[in-house]
Amino acid sequence: MICNICGTKEATVHLTEITNGQMVEVHICESCAEEKGTEFKTYFNFGDLLSNVPGLEDLLEPSGKKTPLVCKSCGMSYEEFGKNGRLGCADCYETFRKPLAAVIKQVQRAGYHVGKKPSKITKSARNVHDLRKLQERLRKSVESEAFEEAARLRDEIKQMEDKLKKGKKEK
Amino acid sequence: MKEIDRFLEQPVGWLHATGPESDIVISSRLRLARNLANFPFLTRLTTAQRTEVIQEIEQAVKECNFLRQAYYVTSDKLTELDKQFLLERHLVSRELITEEGKSAVAITPDEMVSLMVIEEDHLRLQVFESGLNLVEAWRIADEIDTELEKRLDYAFDANMGYLTACPTNVGTGIRASCMLHLPSLVLTKQVHKVLQALSKLNLAVRGLYGEGTQASGNFFQFSNQITLGQPEDEIISNLEGVIRQVIAHERESRDYLRKKKKNKMEDQIWRALAILKAARMISSSEAIQLLSLVQVGVDVQVLEGQVTHTDLNQLFLLIQPAHLQKMAGKELSATERDIRRAERIREYFSKVVL
Repeated sequence: MICNICGTKEATVHLTEITNGQMVEVHICESCAEEKGTEFKTYFNFGDLLSNVPGLEDLLEPSGKKTPLVCKSCGMSYEEFGKNGRLGCADCYETFRKPLAAVIKQVQRAGYHVGKKPSKITKSARNVHDLRKLQERLRKSVESEAFEEAARLRDEIKQMEDKLKKGKKEK
Repeated sequence: MKEIDRFLEQPVGWLHATGPESDIVISSRLRLARNLANFPFLTRLTTAQRTEVIQEIEQAVKECNFLRQAYYVTSDKLTELDKQFLLERHLVSRELITEEGKSAVAITPDEMVSLMVIEEDHLRLQVFESGLNLVEAWRIADEIDTELEKRLDYAFDANMGYLTACPTNVGTGIRASCMLHLPSLVLTKQVHKVLQALSKLNLAVRGLYGEGTQASGNFFQFSNQITLGQPEDEIISNLEGVIRQVIAHERESRDYLRKKKKNKMEDQIWRALAILKAARMISSSEAIQLLSLVQVGVDVQVLEGQVTHTDLNQLFLLIQPAHLQKMAGKELSATERDIRRAERIREYFSKVVL
């Protein structure tokens, strides 16, 4: 994770705070933390935090065009999200996919889900999810140098990818 | 008697101090965030939709085996004091009680599970356990979640996982946390070193009874930050692993104090007890600080047999403002609360001999 203030150094101080009923999570590097000292408590709000994400402003106003990014389903603009840190609906994730990816990259380990899934989801969603899980297992087996397991998983992933491609063509 | 007052009569299950490592880890909590697929998130929810969401989840709660016995109540039926009371028992969050529109909560009779409806997300499921027991908390949360999803359509994306109002919860929607009592690390001034080392591991640490980040009474809450890109069991085992290290450090410091600083430590413990036995008025922060020292006395066997962790854990809760007022059956001013708090503490320690 990168520091939310300077945006360059690795964040080593992580704070979760509730201010006026709003939960704020802040990640700061050591030197910025020292500089801010005890101001932590009131200094941050999620808006400031997001507006400090490098490259975000460009995404808010893509190449000079003044059309703000707005979710078609709920009418939330990315600017509004920047202010209160809450998305308006599930579709916002798709609408703001690009700028959100930058935020998510800062606070999460990877950009995709490998945990539990509901039993009631579409077959294609399940396939994508299963594939992710296999890739995650592959990553782990390589990490732990279990190469036989890794080779087996790689084949399994290949098979699955082929199957998914075929499925798409048939449609 | 109002149904909610039934909780006042019973000790909180997850404060029983029966779980693993419960001399240091007070409790474990696991929270899952979920949203319904066919409604916008909270900030975009109309009043009519809000009512629909509450109804839909209420129906699912009633049909859920695990929650059938639960006490279910909507926020409009609760007084401010009731809300504060539930907050002190960790059964609702500050977000839920400060939310202006209607919300609801379902609480199992043993208070080990609470399901908040219309918090930051449509649904927030919390499972508590005594001691260090996140694995069991996740097992139960998973079971309830699986049962609920048969009746509810969750907002889920194959890539992003469970979709939440705040992107810091997206993916698993999981927040695992443990409450730790680390008096020896604080007394030996080692706690900052330990926390500094921990902060490199994507964990959040904050004081329990403290304001903001400043911990008081030596209580610290540890929780995971990452919710995406790691499966639930791995998130939990990572956090548990770190907590086990903190426990080891706390025990080391405790041994050091017991061996090298015996007199000074015993002095502090007995002085704390003396104040608690004598005070006619006491603020909650002072009480927590002193009770924390008494807890050290139990840990280092100075007060063995006279005081138990189970009783102390409950006492920490009973001296909170809303609990004092509930027990008094009326609203109390800050001064009146300080008097009642001192009374309750003196009563509890009356049998302890100085």
